[in-house]
Amino acid sequence: MNGLTFDIAHLLAGSLVLVSFMMLYQDRLFALINVFALHAVVLALSVAWQAYIQDAHHLYITAAIALVFKAIVIPVGLHRIIQRLGIHRDIETAVGIGPTMLAGIGLVTLSMVLMLRVTPEADPLAREDLAFALSIILLGLLVMVTRRNAVSQVVGFMSLENGLVLAATGAKGMPLVVEISVAFSILIAFIVIGVFLFRIRERFDSVDVGALDDYRGERR
Amino acid sequence: MISIVAFLLCGPAALLGTAILAAAVSRRASATSLVYGAALAISVAVLAIVAGHLAGNPGEVSAITLPLGLPWTGARFRLDGLSAFFLVVVNLGGAVTSLYGLGYGRHESQPHRVLPFYPAFLAGMNLVVLANDAFSFLLSWEFMSLASWALVMAHHRDEANRRAGYIYLVMASFGTLALLLAFGLLAGPAGTYAFDAMRTAHPGLLTAGAVLALMLLGAGSKAGLVPLHAWLPLAHPAAPSHVSALMSGIMTKVAVYGFIRVVFDLLGAPAWWSGVVVLLIGGVTAVLGILHALMEKDLKRLLAYSTIENIGVIFASLGLALAFKANAMPSAAALAFTAALFHVLNHSFFKSLLFFGAGAVLTATGERDMEKLGGLIHRMPVTSFVFLVGCVSIAALPPFNGFASEWLVFQAILQSPELPQWGLKVIVPAVGGMLALAAALAAACFVKAFGITFLGRARSAVVGQAREVDRPSLAAMAVLAVFCLLAGILPGFVIDGLSPVTLSLIGESMPVQTAQPWLSIVPIAESRSSYNGLLVFVFITISASLAAFVIHRFASHALRRGPAWGCGFADAVPAAQYTAVSFAQPIRRVFGGFAFRARETVEMPAPGALEPARLKVDIHDVAWETFYQPISGAIDFATERLNHLQFLTIRRYLTLVFLYLVILLLVLALWP
Repeated sequence: MNGLTFDIAHLLAGSLVLVSFMMLYQDRLFALINVFALHAVVLALSVAWQAYIQDAHHLYITAAIALVFKAIVIPVGLHRIIQRLGIHRDIETAVGIGPTMLAGIGLVTLSMVLMLRVTPEADPLAREDLAFALSIILLGLLVMVTRRNAVSQVVGFMSLENGLVLAATGAKGMPLVVEISVAFSILIAFIVIGVFLFRIRERFDSVDVGALDDYRGERR
Repeated sequence: MISIVAFLLCGPAALLGTAILAAAVSRRASATSLVYGAALAISVAVLAIVAGHLAGNPGEVSAITLPLGLPWTGARFRLDGLSAFFLVVVNLGGAVTSLYGLGYGRHESQPHRVLPFYPAFLAGMNLVVLANDAFSFLLSWEFMSLASWALVMAHHRDEANRRAGYIYLVMASFGTLALLLAFGLLAGPAGTYAFDAMRTAHPGLLTAGAVLALMLLGAGSKAGLVPLHAWLPLAHPAAPSHVSALMSGIMTKVAVYGFIRVVFDLLGAPAWWSGVVVLLIGGVTAVLGILHALMEKDLKRLLAYSTIENIGVIFASLGLALAFKANAMPSAAALAFTAALFHVLNHSFFKSLLFFGAGAVLTATGERDMEKLGGLIHRMPVTSFVFLVGCVSIAALPPFNGFASEWLVFQAILQSPELPQWGLKVIVPAVGGMLALAAALAAACFVKAFGITFLGRARSAVVGQAREVDRPSLAAMAVLAVFCLLAGILPGFVIDGLSPVTLSLIGESMPVQTAQPWLSIVPIAESRSSYNGLLVFVFITISASLAAFVIHRFASHALRRGPAWGCGFADAVPAAQYTAVSFAQPIRRVFGGFAFRARETVEMPAPGALEPARLKVDIHDVAWETFYQPISGAIDFATERLNHLQFLTIRRYLTLVFLYLVILLLVLALWP
C-alpha cells in the first residue's frame, strides 16, 4: 500500500473522530443533528475510500447506505420529530462542555494506547482504523451519557454505530450481509425509539427522559 | 452390545417419566400407590442391574456419552466401583422408602405437593452418582437439591417450614456455587469438564488445597459438616417423614460421594495436611452433632442432628484414609476408607429405619415432640421393636451393623502411631477421643429417644389412642431392621464387596474377610484384633434364651402388683416422669457452657403466690450465631445500600455501564 492511500484513509477516519468531538459541544438539538449528518457523510466517504483501496465493490453499497439513510433520511426524520415536539430550543446537556471535552480527549487517548498495545502484529491500516473506531464508539457513549434528551441519546447511539461500521470496513473481508443487518438494525432502532418518543410526548408532554423518573416518583 | 450404564440410565429416565405422570394424575386417589409402586419397581430394577454387574465383573468400568446438554461437551455418564456402591445405597434406600411410602403416603394431606417431586428427587440422586463430567454432575446435583427443596416445602403453610425451605435454598445454592468453583479449578484454563480429563491432569499444591476447601464447603454443606450444618436440622424434619429418611439417609451420602469422587479420584495424590483438615472437621462435627441431638426434644430434629454426627464419623474416617494414603500406607488407608464406606451403608440403613419409625409415630399420634409421647410400646409393639433395633444399631452396640463399622474406624485410628508426621500422630488420637465421646453420647441420645418415646406412660391423650401403622410401613421398617442385623453379623461380606472400590481409589484393599475361619473379620492381623459379629449374636441369643427359659421354668408364676414409689407424690401423674429435657440435663450441665452457651434460670413465684416455680433453659446454636448471623447481617446491610441502584435514571444506568467499560479498557491498557 502506498503512502497516499494510507494517508487519505487515515485522514478520513481521523476526521470522523473530529466530528464526534464536534457532537460533544453542541447544546442545541438541530445543531447536533446537523453534525450527525456530517458524521454520516464522512463515514460514507471513508467507507467509499476503503472500498476503492481494498478493491471491494460491495463496500460502495455500504457507503451508499450510510449516505442515504444516516446522512439524509434519519436526520430529516429527527428534524421533523423535533419540530413536531417543539423542543428545538431546549438546551439539554447534563454535564458542562469543558469536562465533557476533557473526558473525550481522555477516551481517545485510552483507545489509542489500548489498540496500539493489543494489535502490534496487525496490518497498520486496520490497526489505526480500529483505534479510531474505538474512539468513535466511546465518544458516542459519552454523548449518550451526557445528554438528558431522548433524541440526543438516539443520535449518540447512532454515532456509536458509525464507529462499528468504520471498524467493520477497516478489516478486510467483512461480508455485506452483516453490513446490511447493521444498517437496518439502526433504522429499526430509530423507528422504535421514534415511536417511543411519541408515547412519551403523549403522556408527559416532554421527551426529556427525566420526565419518566418524575412519573415514577423518584428524585434524580 | 449396549453398555450397562445405558441400561442404568433408563432408571432415572423412567423415574423422571413417573414424575411427569405424577404431576398429571396427582389429584386422583390411586396416584399415591401408582407413584410409589413405580418408584419401588424402578429402584429394584436398577438394584438388580447393579447387582448383576457386581456379580459378573465388579472392576469393569462402563462409560457412555449422550448428545445432551451443552453442544460441545455432551453428557457423559460412567459406572465404576464407587458409583456402583453408591447406586446400591441410593436405590436400596429408594426402594425401601417407596415401600414405606405406599403406606405412609396415604396419610398425606396434600399428595399433589409430594408425588411429582419424589421420583424426580430419586432420579436426581441416581444421576449424580452416574455423572462423568462436571456439567452433568452439577446439573444433576442442582436438580436433586431443587427436588428435595420442593419436598421440604410440601407443607408450606407452616411458617417454620417456609423458613427451613428458604435457608435450605440459600445453603444449597451456596454449596453448588462452591462446587462450581471447585470444578472450574479442576478444569483448568483449558476448560476440560470431563472427569476423565481431570483425572489425568494433576493440579498444583495450591489448586489442590483450594479444591479441597471448596469441596468441603460444597459437599460439606450438603452433608451437614459443622459449621455448615445449620440448615439440615431445619430442612430434613420439615419434609414428609419418608422424604426426611431419603434426605438424611441417602442424600447426605450422595454428598459424601461427591466429596470422595473429587478428593480421592479426580484430585490425584493428596498432601498429608489435607487429611488433618478433614479429620478435625469430622471430629468436631461428630461431637457437636450428637450434643445438639441430645438437647433436642423433637424426635425428627433429634434424628437430623444425629445424621450430622454420623457424617462427622464418615468424614473423620475419610480424613484418616487421606492421611494414610498421603504417607504411602495403603493397607491402613484401605481400612479407613472401607470403614467410611461401610458406615455410609450402615447409616443409610438405620437412619432411614429411625425416620420411618418417627413417621409411624407421627402418623399414629400426630406428635413429634417427645415430651408429649411415651408408653407407645404398648400401642405400637412392632414399630417400637424395629425402632429399638435402629437405636441399638446407631448407638453402635454389637451385634448390629453400627458397631461393625465404628469398630473398623477405631481400628484405623489405632494405626496412627505408624504415621511419620508428628502433627498427625497427635491429632489422630485426639480425633479418636472425640469419636469415642460422640459414640458414647450417641448411645445416651438413643436411650433417650427410645425411652422417652416408647417407654413409660403416655404423656398426652392422643398417645392413648395410637394404633399400629399399616403393613407396607411395617414391612419397610422390618426389611431395614433385618439389613441392620445382617450387616452386623456378616460384616465380612460387606467388606469384601467394598474391596473393588477401595482397590480402584486407594490402590489396595483390605484382606479377604470371607476366607477367615468362622466368619470373623480381621482388619490387619489375627494377633492385633478380630471381631466376630455372628459369634456375639449367637452368644447373645443363646444366653438370653437360656435366661428366659430358666426364669420362666424355675421362677414363681405368681403375679404380684404393688404400689409404685411416686417420689412422695400421692397422685403419680405422667408429667412426673423423666422427660427428654431432664434426661439430657447432666450432659447439658457438662457441655452446655461452651457448646451451646446454655443458661438455666429458675423463676420462683413470690412468697404466698400459687403458681409453680419454673426452670427455664436457654440453648443457643453457637455456629448459627457466630457464622450465619454476621453474614446475613452484612448481606442485609449491603442490599440496603445497593437498593438505590434500582431507582436510577436511564442516563445514570448508561453512565454506570459506560464507566464500567472504561474501567475494563483501562485495566486492559495498563495490564503489564
